[in-house]
Amino acid sequence: MRVIVDLPKCCGAGQCVLIAPQVFDQQDDGIVILLDEAPPKEFHAATREAASVCPGAAIQLEEDA
Amino acid sequence: MNPSSVLVVGASVGGLAVAEGLRREGYEGALTLLGAEQHLPYDRPPLSKKVLSGALAPAQTQLRPEAALERLGAALVLGDPAVRLDVTAREVTTAAGRHLRADVLVLALGLQPRRLPGDALAGVHVLRTLDDAIALRAALLTGPRVVVVGDGVLGTEIAATARSMGLDVTLVGPQPAPLANQLGLRVGGVLARLHEGHGVVLRLGVGVDDLLGTEGRVSGVRLASGEVLPADVVVVAMGSRPAIGWLEGSGLPLADGIVCDARCKAADGIYAVGDVAWWHHEGLGTGMRLENRTNAVEQGIAVAGNILGKDRPYTPVPYYWTDQFDVKIQVHGLLSGHTDVAIVEGDPARGQFVALYGRHGQVTGVLGWNMMKQARQFRPHVVERTAWNDVVPATRSVTLADGPSTKTVAI
Repeated sequence: MRVIVDLPKCCGAGQCVLIAPQVFDQQDDGIVILLDEAPPKEFHAATREAASVCPGAAIQLEEDA
Repeated sequence: MNPSSVLVVGASVGGLAVAEGLRREGYEGALTLLGAEQHLPYDRPPLSKKVLSGALAPAQTQLRPEAALERLGAALVLGDPAVRLDVTAREVTTAAGRHLRADVLVLALGLQPRRLPGDALAGVHVLRTLDDAIALRAALLTGPRVVVVGDGVLGTEIAATARSMGLDVTLVGPQPAPLANQLGLRVGGVLARLHEGHGVVLRLGVGVDDLLGTEGRVSGVRLASGEVLPADVVVVAMGSRPAIGWLEGSGLPLADGIVCDARCKAADGIYAVGDVAWWHHEGLGTGMRLENRTNAVEQGIAVAGNILGKDRPYTPVPYYWTDQFDVKIQVHGLLSGHTDVAIVEGDPARGQFVALYGRHGQVTGVLGWNMMKQARQFRPHVVERTAWNDVVPATRSVTLADGPSTKTVAI
């Protein structure tokens, strides 16, 4: 899995940090920080949920074939 | 036992969240997404901001690339609104005459904007769909005088965007300050000053009597005070109602939305999601309906789980945000009905603060004004409903409930 964040779309909600803190953090101004662009398998479910919940639709995932 | 077919009526963010949630949880049965609009699922929050301003092209609002939608393995039926529901057979009839039946139905129908009498005049706009946003942007590019009717989130966002495009903008609404019913007078007042500081003309605390027109085109707005505001474009953003008119007489329980239990179930095998779902929030002990994007997604995910037998009540911490001019406002929890407000970080005068909201001695909500991360860090107090006096420093002043009894006291 590869995680891509579209920074201009980030609204700073921090929902991703709540759901997958191993993969996402926030800068002081609220904008997302991608901690791991290829998270290990145990974080995949949380990362998918974070991408789905992201209020700005700023997180896209490329799943391995 | 898992159903063998699921039909999701509504192909916006809530409907998509149900579909994605089902597949994430391993559902392999038939899946259909039925949408009233022609567009592939797209995102609405940018419409009043970046799409209107032109910072985002309409195509960039699409929620998923086509490859991701294909991987979803769902039949997408677009541009065909549902017109009739048979609750017992779980069958939906569409405007084009399709009959779609499934083991489980999910109604993710969204909202319809409220309208004003006389809004058939050219130059009068509402903003709900991508096509609405494209049409309004085209109108704004002609450099009109704009009157926005509505002092809620959508109205204030549109006013801010239009003003940022250099237009003459007047914002009209019945509240004493924008969003005062939710945010209270203190923070609503900060919002009013933000708009005035950027040159938006405010006409607040007054209703609209009439839209005026000449030769079929809007020419102004007449207020209840008698004042007439000249306008080339009028945007009506006076709230919305659930798009459930077509369900009347179906036997489904309807009130201010589709009435659901704590698991978002409205009838056997029928669930509701997002703006239209009025459900019982077990954590807060009350029925509610939330009109925001985050709720549509979280409720969609919860319903997907319940369809597959998780049997869990849906008990979210509500969340929404709004961007206006250079300010990003984040709201966690419920602010409405609050009796206490306190600024716990920052300072409104410096354009950065966190306001805590409480009711009956407990923290119920938090608002961040250009302090997104700090606002989120107060969220646990909302989740735990922490005692007000445990969080708010005794030295901070607290504004008691707005309204006739408004007063500021030091505690």
